Amino acid sequence: MKRVMALLLVAVMAIACFAACGGKKSDGKIHVGVINNDPSESGYRTANVNDLKAMFGDGNTNNYAGQFFYSLKNDEQIEAAKKMITDGVDYLLLSAADTSGWDGVLKDAKKAGVRVILFDRTIDASADLYESSVVSDMAKEGEMAVAWLASQNLAEYNIIHIQGAMGSAAQKGRTGALDKKVADNANWNMVVQQTATWDANEATKIVASAINAGKSFNVIYAENDGMAQGAVKALDDAGISHGVGKDVIILGFDCNEWALKELKAGNWNYDGQCNPFQAQYLHDIIQKLEKGETVEKQIIMDEKGFDATTITDEDVKKYGI
Amino acid sequence: MKIFKKLIGSQIMLPLIALLVLVLFNLIWDPSFFAISLGANNAGDPILKGNLVTIFDYGSELAILAIGMTLVTAASGGQDISVGATIAIAGSVILRIIRGNEVNVDTMKAPLIVAFIAAVVATMLVGAFNGALVSFFKVPPMVATLIMFTAGRSIAGWINNYDNIYIGDPRFKIFGGVVPGFPVPTAIIIALVCMIVIALVLKFTTLGLYAQSVGINEKSAKLNGINPIFVKFLTFVLLGVCCAVCGLIQTSRLGTINYSNISLNIEMDAILAVALGGNALGGGKFNMASSVLGAYIIQFLTVTLYKLDVPSTAISAYKAVVVIILVVISSPVVTKKIKEMKSRRNAKEAARKAGVE
Repeated sequence: MKRVMALLLVAVMAIACFAACGGKKSDGKIHVGVINNDPSESGYRTANVNDLKAMFGDGNTNNYAGQFFYSLKNDEQIEAAKKMITDGVDYLLLSAADTSGWDGVLKDAKKAGVRVILFDRTIDASADLYESSVVSDMAKEGEMAVAWLASQNLAEYNIIHIQGAMGSAAQKGRTGALDKKVADNANWNMVVQQTATWDANEATKIVASAINAGKSFNVIYAENDGMAQGAVKALDDAGISHGVGKDVIILGFDCNEWALKELKAGNWNYDGQCNPFQAQYLHDIIQKLEKGETVEKQIIMDEKGFDATTITDEDVKKYGI
Repeated sequence: MKIFKKLIGSQIMLPLIALLVLVLFNLIWDPSFFAISLGANNAGDPILKGNLVTIFDYGSELAILAIGMTLVTAASGGQDISVGATIAIAGSVILRIIRGNEVNVDTMKAPLIVAFIAAVVATMLVGAFNGALVSFFKVPPMVATLIMFTAGRSIAGWINNYDNIYIGDPRFKIFGGVVPGFPVPTAIIIALVCMIVIALVLKFTTLGLYAQSVGINEKSAKLNGINPIFVKFLTFVLLGVCCAVCGLIQTSRLGTINYSNISLNIEMDAILAVALGGNALGGGKFNMASSVLGAYIIQFLTVTLYKLDVPSTAISAYKAVVVIILVVISSPVVTKKIKEMKSRRNAKEAARKAGVE
């Protein structure tokens, strides 16, 4: 009797397993697995996660059934990707924590007929393992900000440059454009170039130190909003005016809503966007693939830069994160 | 002379020497480093300016943390590595309460004192969690606090639904700025108050004695009627309170919070402050003043490096070199060698004197 029971159990389990691993689900929905970095990483990431949730999560109007996984660790992301492939998703949307280590799991995805789309970050894997990638061009963000700065036609540019964590993609892109401009133009001077590793308080200390040393400057180029705000705190404490038509020009990046408000109020001069709203791009790609159309391998997103003199309240609402 | 002799043998000597080196270096390099002047900020309020003000202003959080960390180190013989994450929680709680239901607010929606008390309760709970693991379940402190180190910033994010909050109320910014009409940055005052409170506590209660005896020998402390579990637990809760104060200062400075970056790596600086103070990281005897001095030395070093325009790619390396030197000097091997050298010289002198006579 026991033996029969055991056999029965095994049979039931086997059937259950077949049913579960039985490939594509047939509820008429497009199943999407989203693997992203944890929303606590930054305000940018939070906006990114919320945007994707609105597109693919519960209550979406585009017939998607989404499942989400967040981690800042590559190995945890890979495990989650394996699970999603076994679950039989149609699309795997991936923002990898690390650029390497994805070959194996992407090959599995290909075998299982799961189509992979990268967003936000690229990875070191053969391009035929994924359909498309949606990325930010950090170098372009820097170039846009520097071009805007050049268009102000100051007689002399004395710049305090506050960098993000050294070696990050955002830091490299945003530093590169400014470094080049300073090297090429005699009237562009780098007064201070220092990293605050994205920390607003460090930025305050750096700027306060420059003020205490009696250095003269008329531009602060901070690689994110938090550090720009930290720098502004140092200026405020020292009684130095800043913003539109004032002594010091302030540039920030990321377009936090509060930062855009500072811009609107004329306390800052420019804020560059790093576009977190990637869901629409991903949606377009998926719709094209569903229709059997071909898509480009790499799609570079439109990014905006806001000028304090032209920004509108609608911009603050729409693009603020 | 007597005071001087007493000082030479004491623990506070090491941070004092480190401070002296930094001061001398700056004096030689550029004496204007120490200039302090009275100016006005953009709101028209008087405020003191100068590198020393920056050091004391921005060293406040670290000094306050060093107080709690010293107690934890003494009693438990380990360190709390979750303080940065706990500060994130404290800051998040404060903003959650005063922002009401909006993300960008120009006037506080709730009294600040309510927000601060809520933050104190929250961080005391975190401290109690850590303390319970360490004291009752006997988990090594670094492992126990690893849990909050990992989870704390996510918890901080959840509290505010990861919103990008901005508080524009000038009354809120007092704690990270100045009280209108009074030129000393408020953070310096807060740190000073914390130091006075802990000095009084150590003088008039048995907390210091109990913490040290538990750290030196838990069993004999127990035999003498001290409850080691409670003492350890208490030190973690007190560190939690320190974190709440830091959370208030940090969020007040800018009116915003960045869940992943607020007070990032501050636990390392806090532990370093305790070590620079010459305190044994394995627990036991401690000197509170040394730890606090250690905290300001770290700030002094940072500001000096900024002043020298050290390239951003190399700044951590420079810091590391200084830290290595300080830590090696304060290591048991070196201090033992110095003591031996001293006693040998004393013995020689005594022998010579005896010969003369």
